Amino acid sequence: MTDLLAARALFGTSLAFHIVFAAVGVAMPLFMVLAEWRWRRTGSEVHLELARRWAKGTAILFAVGAVSGTVISFELGLLWPRFMQFAGPIIGMPFSLEGFAFFAEAIFLGIYLYGWGRVGPRLHLAAGWVVAASGATSAFFVTLANVWMNVPAGFELGAGGVAAGAAGIDPFVAMFPPGWQHQVIHVLISCYAATGFAVAGIHAFMLLRERDNPFHRAALRIAFGVGAVAALLQPVSGDFSARQIATTQPVKLAALEGHFRTERGAPLRIGGIPDEERRETRFALEIPYGLSLLAFHDPHAEVRGLEAFPRDRWPNTLLVHLAFQVMVGLGSIMALLAATWAVLRVRGREPGRWLLRALVAASPFGFLALEAGWLVTEWGRQPFTVWGVLRTADSVTPVTHLAVPFIGFMVLYVFLAVVVVALLWRQIAKSPRAVALGPGAGTAAEVRR
Amino acid sequence: MTPADLLGGVILAAAVLYALLGGADFGAGIWDLLAGGPRKKEQRALIEEAIGPIWEANHVWLILIVVLLFTAFPPAFAAITIALFVPLMLLLVGIVLRGAAFTFRTYDAPEDRVQARWGLVFSGSSVVAPLTLGVIVGALASGNLGAAARGEAPFAWAAPFPLAVGAFAAALFAYVAAAYLAVEAGGALREDFRRRAIGAGVAVFLTAALSAALSWREAPLVFAGLTRRGWSIPLHLATGAAAITAFAALYRGQVRLARAAAVAQVTLIVLGWGASQYPYLVVPDHTLASASAPRATQVPVLWALAAGAVLLFPALYLLFRVFKGERPFAILDRDRPR
Repeated sequence: MTDLLAARALFGTSLAFHIVFAAVGVAMPLFMVLAEWRWRRTGSEVHLELARRWAKGTAILFAVGAVSGTVISFELGLLWPRFMQFAGPIIGMPFSLEGFAFFAEAIFLGIYLYGWGRVGPRLHLAAGWVVAASGATSAFFVTLANVWMNVPAGFELGAGGVAAGAAGIDPFVAMFPPGWQHQVIHVLISCYAATGFAVAGIHAFMLLRERDNPFHRAALRIAFGVGAVAALLQPVSGDFSARQIATTQPVKLAALEGHFRTERGAPLRIGGIPDEERRETRFALEIPYGLSLLAFHDPHAEVRGLEAFPRDRWPNTLLVHLAFQVMVGLGSIMALLAATWAVLRVRGREPGRWLLRALVAASPFGFLALEAGWLVTEWGRQPFTVWGVLRTADSVTPVTHLAVPFIGFMVLYVFLAVVVVALLWRQIAKSPRAVALGPGAGTAAEVRR
Repeated sequence: MTPADLLGGVILAAAVLYALLGGADFGAGIWDLLAGGPRKKEQRALIEEAIGPIWEANHVWLILIVVLLFTAFPPAFAAITIALFVPLMLLLVGIVLRGAAFTFRTYDAPEDRVQARWGLVFSGSSVVAPLTLGVIVGALASGNLGAAARGEAPFAWAAPFPLAVGAFAAALFAYVAAAYLAVEAGGALREDFRRRAIGAGVAVFLTAALSAALSWREAPLVFAGLTRRGWSIPLHLATGAAAITAFAALYRGQVRLARAAAVAQVTLIVLGWGASQYPYLVVPDHTLASASAPRATQVPVLWALAAGAVLLFPALYLLFRVFKGERPFAILDRDRPR
C-alpha cells in the first residue's frame, strides 16, 4: 500500500464513517422536536415518550458525530497539508461559519438533552428547533467547501502556480461557486431521506411484531413522513444536479454516465460496465436521447464524452459509473415506496404488512445511496483534490508509514460502529409495548385526524 | 495592530477558553480515574453531572483554533500537521475515545461492570489527551521542528521539554477541574475536591518548575520570555499572586474565590506562553506575519468572528446559567446563596 493510497483510504474511511453521523445530526433533531411539538400541542403522551427516546438516540449519535468530525478537521491537515495550505485561505470562510453553527448545535443540544424539567417548556422546544436548524446550517457550510473543490472559484493563480499560493482571493465568490445550489440542496435532502428511511425501518420492524402499538405508529408517521417527502423531492433535485453538472463539471458527468464519445442525442445508459481501454460502456441498457434530455432538457443536445478531455484528467470511470447506478437505483426504489405511502395516507389507510416489510428491507437504502452519491462526487473529482488546479498526489503529506494510522483508525471505527449499534438496539428493545401504554393511548387523537 | 495580530489574539483567547473549559472536562476525567475513598461513587456521579451537558460545546473551541489556523495562517498549519503528525494522531484517538466512552457510559446498562469498563476508557483517554496536547504545545515552543516540518524527523517532539509540558498540562487541567468541582459539590464531597485541588496545585507547581528548568536548554525563546522580557516579572508576580490566592482560598474553604483565582492563574499561564512565543506561531520558521494568509481572507474572517461572537456568548451564558446554578461565574463566597 503506497502512502498516497493509505492517505486516501484513511481519509475516505473517516468521511464514510462520519457522514452517517453527520446526516443523522441534521435530521434526527427535527424528528425529535416534531414529536415534542406534537406532544405540547395535543398532550399525546406517546409523543412525549417518543421525543425522549429519540433524544437518547440523538445523544449517542451526535457524540460520535462530534468526535469523528474533529478527526476530519485535523486530518484535512494531517493527510493533505499541501491542499490545506493552498485552499485554507480560500475556503476558510465556510469552515469558520460552520464552526459557529457547530457551537450552536452543541450548546442547544446540551440544553435539550439535559434540560427536561430544568428549563421552561418554551425554551426546551426552542432549543430543539435551534439544534435542528444549526445541524442543517452546518451541513450547508461544509458542503459549500466541497463544492469549491469540485468547481474552484474566487482566486487567481500566478506564475508560481499552486506552490506560490493563490492571489486575488475573494472568499465570498469562493464560497458560492457556480452550481453550489444543486449540491447543497441534494446533500440536505439526502440527510432527511436517509435518516427518515433508517428510523422508519426500525419502527416498521417493531410494528410487524405488534401492529397496534401507538408508539411505533406515531414514530413511523413522523420519520417516514419526513423521509418520504425528502425521497420524493430527491429525484427533482437530482435532475437539477445533472443539468448543473453538465455545464460545471462535464468530465464528472461523462464518467458517471459512462459516456465516452461526444455526440448529439446521447443515450442514457442504465447499468453496464465502462471499459476505459475500449472506450465504451458494455452491457448497458441504452435509452435513446435519454442523456441529452436529462442533462440539457433537449433530445438533440450535444453531450461531451470523456474523449473530449485529456486522458490524465479522467477519474476511474468504472467506479464512478457503478456508484452512480447504485445511488440512482436505490433513490428510485425509495421514491416509489414514498409514493406508495403517500397514496395510502391520502386515502387515510394505515400501511399494511407488505409495505411495512418493504420499509424494513429499504431501511439502509438511504444511507447506502448517500454513501454512493458521496463516492460519485469524490471519485468523480479524481485525480484532483481541487479540480484542474491541485492533484491528489501533490496534496499528500510527506509523512510516511500512513498504513499504520489507517489500520489503527479502521479498528477504532469498527469498534465504535459495533458499540453504537448495540446501544441503539438496547434503546429500541426497551421501547414501550402497546399494553404498557394503556388502551387507546394517543390513538384517539390520531384517528380523528 | 495588523489583522494577523488580531487573529493571533483570537487564537490565543480561544486557547485560554479551551484550557479553562475543555481542559477542565479532561481534568474531570482525570479525577474520574483517580476517584477513591468512601465517596468514590458520589465523586464519579458529580463529575458525570458536571460535564454531561457542556463537554461538547467546550470542545468546539479546539475546532475553532484549527479552523483559524488553516484559514488565516496556512503555512504554519501545514508545518504543524507534518511535524507533529504522531502526537496529533494520538490526541485524536484520545478525543474520540473520551467523548464516545463518556456518552456510551451514560446510555449503556447501569450494571457496575459495564459502567466501570466505559469509565476506564473515558478516564484513561482523559489523561492521554492533555498529555499529548501539552507535548504539542511544548514542541511548538521549543523551536526544534525545522527538520520535522519537512517530514524528516517524525519523533522530534519526544524530548524532555515537550514531555514535561505534557505533564504540566495534565496537572493544570486536573487543578482547574478540582477547583470547579469543589464549588459544584456539597458537604463531604466538597471537602474531597478541595483537597484534590490543593494536591493538583502542588503538582502544577512542580511540573511548571521542571518545564521552566528544561526550557533553559530546549526552548530558549520560552526561557527568555520567562526571565528576560520587560513583562516577565509583572506576569510572574500576577500568576504567583493568583496561585497564592487560590491556595489560601482553598485552605480556608472559600471555594468560589479559589475557583476565580485558579481561572486567573490558568489564563495568565496560557497568555504568558503566547506572549513569550510572540510573534512566532511555530518557532523559528513561522511568525504571525510570515505565515499570514492574504488580507482579503483575514479581514472577512475577523468580521465573521465578530458576528459569530455576538450569537455565541449569550448562548454560552444561557448554557452555564441553566446547568451551573444561579451565579455560574460567582467570585464571592456568600454564606447563604440567595
